Amino acid sequence: MSNEVSSPVVHPVFEGDETHHQDSEGELHDHGHAEHHKEYFFTKYIFSQDHKTIGKQFLFTGIFWAFVGGMLSVIFRLQLGFPNQSFPILETLFGKWAPGGIISPEFYYMLVTMHGTILVFFVLTAGLSGTFANLLLPLQCGARDMASPFLNMLSYWFFFMASCVMLTSFFLPSGAADVGWTFYPPLSGVKESAPGAGLGADFWLVGMALFIFSSLLGGLNYITTVLNLRTKGMSMNRLPLTVWALLITAILGLISFPVLLGAAILLLFDRNLGTSFYLDKIYINGHPLEGHAGGNAILYQHLFWFLGHPEVYIIILPAFGLVSEVIANNARKPIFGYRAMILSMLAIAILAFVVWAHHMFVTGLNPFVASVFVLLTLLVAVPSAVKVFNWIATLWQGNIRFTPAMLFAIGFVSMFISGGLTGIYLGNSALDIQLHDTYFVIAHFHIVMGISAFFGMLAGVYQWFPKMFGRFMNNTLGYIHFWITFVGAYAIFWPMHYMGLAGVPRRYYSFDAFQSFNMFGDLNKFMTIAAMLVFFAQILFILNFVYSIFRGRKMTDPNPWKSNTLEWTTKIHPGHGNWDGPIPEVYRWPYDYSKNGDEFIPQTEPYRPGEEKLHH
Amino acid sequence: MSTTLLVVIALVLFVIVIFQLARTTEYVAMLRGEEKAQLDADKVNARLFLVFMIGGGIALVWSLVHYEPYMILHASSVHGQWLDSMFNITLFFTGIVFIITQVMLFYFVWKYKHTKDRKALYYPENNKLEMWWTVIPAIVLTALVIIGIYRWFQITGPEPADSMVVEITGQQFAWNYRYPGPDGKLGNHEYEYIDAINKVGIDFNDPAAKDDFMGSEMHLVVNKPVLLRIRSKDVIHDVGIPWFRVKMDAVPGLTTRFWFIPTVTTADMRTKLNNPDFNYEIACDQLCGKGHYGMKGLVIVQTQQEYDEWASKQQSFYETMVKGTDEEKRFADLSAQLKTQKAAEAAKEHHE
Repeated sequence: MSNEVSSPVVHPVFEGDETHHQDSEGELHDHGHAEHHKEYFFTKYIFSQDHKTIGKQFLFTGIFWAFVGGMLSVIFRLQLGFPNQSFPILETLFGKWAPGGIISPEFYYMLVTMHGTILVFFVLTAGLSGTFANLLLPLQCGARDMASPFLNMLSYWFFFMASCVMLTSFFLPSGAADVGWTFYPPLSGVKESAPGAGLGADFWLVGMALFIFSSLLGGLNYITTVLNLRTKGMSMNRLPLTVWALLITAILGLISFPVLLGAAILLLFDRNLGTSFYLDKIYINGHPLEGHAGGNAILYQHLFWFLGHPEVYIIILPAFGLVSEVIANNARKPIFGYRAMILSMLAIAILAFVVWAHHMFVTGLNPFVASVFVLLTLLVAVPSAVKVFNWIATLWQGNIRFTPAMLFAIGFVSMFISGGLTGIYLGNSALDIQLHDTYFVIAHFHIVMGISAFFGMLAGVYQWFPKMFGRFMNNTLGYIHFWITFVGAYAIFWPMHYMGLAGVPRRYYSFDAFQSFNMFGDLNKFMTIAAMLVFFAQILFILNFVYSIFRGRKMTDPNPWKSNTLEWTTKIHPGHGNWDGPIPEVYRWPYDYSKNGDEFIPQTEPYRPGEEKLHH
Repeated sequence: MSTTLLVVIALVLFVIVIFQLARTTEYVAMLRGEEKAQLDADKVNARLFLVFMIGGGIALVWSLVHYEPYMILHASSVHGQWLDSMFNITLFFTGIVFIITQVMLFYFVWKYKHTKDRKALYYPENNKLEMWWTVIPAIVLTALVIIGIYRWFQITGPEPADSMVVEITGQQFAWNYRYPGPDGKLGNHEYEYIDAINKVGIDFNDPAAKDDFMGSEMHLVVNKPVLLRIRSKDVIHDVGIPWFRVKMDAVPGLTTRFWFIPTVTTADMRTKLNNPDFNYEIACDQLCGKGHYGMKGLVIVQTQQEYDEWASKQQSFYETMVKGTDEEKRFADLSAQLKTQKAAEAAKEHHE
């Protein structure tokens, strides 16, 4: 390999950003950097600026939060499945929050609020995007590291700080926030409206602000890296779909997260500085709320959902990308419709910005305005459907290898079909009248986010675990993990559609007071038991994960999945700078599987003479 | 305590067993060779997907049949029936897509599992196919949108001229019902007049308010349109009445509205469902605090005659609770205050 590798010119973005540098002759050279820095434990493992380490940090923190968030749901499902039944262990563990072994309504609402917050933001956004964008973007683009490793490091540590704030809020005397993960004022805007509308809510808002900083810093890096740091030959239409998905996700986040930050800041002001952005004409706890007038509670909902809707696409798009990659690789076939997959992701991203008020159909919204949102919302079903058809077409005539990653990718498609279709009911405002705020909504978003996106994340973990740790996770445990989770997840969430159609409202501590809703006792028990089983399966996964980092079967082949993408062209334990020599050059797209008798053709292989070229 | 300990120990032992099993199978696989082990795993998992598809299909059908009576599939209101048929149309189309895609997914996964001689087909794209499966869903969804928006405008449009009116005001954690009284008109209300007695801030300066009465339940007349005027005193609540397909947020600072026509009396429902204790229930459908799950309201649908009988027995809130009491004096003071305040605001606006 000649030394005259003409990669795109890179300038250090910040002082101290030493990943790319010019030597004394002023020429940019690409070579590994392990010999240039002296690494201390602190800089290598804690305040690392290496994207691979930062990716692992996001993953470990994400797994921690997934465990906590899942645990919260097991506790509140105990109440839903076995209401009025005392579990003394609960009082031992939670004291005043579970008097007599039965969790209190205040505790219940704290649990559901934090469950939603933790899983949506800390697990499925940071844990999913943070892990895989950091791990894969530089590697799959052919870059030494992110555009700004320093900002990248900061993005993790802001996430860590946000995590600390959120975790601490559980231990406040008044507890963590309990006003729903959606945090609507006036409930969240008036401190005396609920026990968890006090200090816990302020902690939540501050934690979210820190989290948003983390996301923005990360997003800036992801976009810049993909646009500016691709290696020679890596044109945009040769990028793996994971990269496309993570790029589009980052753009979505960059535009929408600041609006939530604004909404949260205004709420902090209303709560603490006497403003009235969201508050008007409130008479609470037997007295008028003095000094707050002229605001509008619906304003918050517009601001919240302006992020809130893109947020769910921020969650699912990386899963789309990971699953596309895993399916193509394990079916030994090109992903079907590469261009259509990119266009559909772009369409989804654009539409994501103009459908937010479908969460607000019954707020008294102007009916004409609502109808526009109906049209746009149902439109977004089209590109989503195209993606599902393309994944299925990829499997057709494939040669399918069933690794745990592939199982979760297949499970993803099934779940996304189920969850996506119910979105069509909810997006139609007239039907939403009956279904809004019922268990039908819970079923929809859990299947589509809690399961589909989570499956995408798991597929990613199983597939790229060898890349991260140089070892494999145990396959048998992986199969057990998948089958319990897949069957169990359907068992938990499918019945919720029936409850929703019966009008059973969400966020109810108990159904005892209502003859309309209290006939689902057995079903609730069934769902609770399924939830406990599924949680148990995740514990198996975590044990497998931790064990395999230290004692997993070692990688002997640097490309164990026989994949085409660039991350598998490094050595087994890639160091700083990823490639020892110059960064490989790219000649083709990443999906030449089973072409002309070759089972796979890496991107670094030039076209053979006479080989058919696609438009890539 | 000891039960918990036993359960925990049992679980830990169980996990250890599974772990050892998993490690053993991995060793065995390494000994037999990765390829063979993978082939076996492929066979097992492909079969499991097929079993899942069949088993899942059976479970799906069984559960639909078993839970059908629990789901309120036949609404007790006029617009509810429109929505039921809209739901069925949506179910028809989404059901077709659901069955086709899930079956294809699991069937392909089983049929194209890796075997020794299988080779995948290099087939990267087919733009014509993409076009078809973009256009056809778009057409179906457009149809659903058109039906949906048509019904939406009917439901959110103006109420019929002969509608009765009921005002329902939510608070933590109860509903307040106000009826217009014999004059058929609800009196005005002002936030400033709300207090422990005048719970919803009735403006007694308005002559129409003098005969308004409060109720402990919502009484409606069968086949007569009713307009609900929906308010809240503190946080956002929501009036949800599943049998009528009613749902509308109650927002402090605003009045929202929802009109509908109930079609089955409470008495007839009791006969139909063979349940003498049946009642239409209002559920709060927006998280409003720790008592959110207890905010139940009762709706009683009666014949016009029964309703008139009931209404004639209700007494004006003003006459019974306000007139001649301290509350009347208090209201007068508040009223004067509010008048001055409003005059001052109007003057300011004039000058600006």
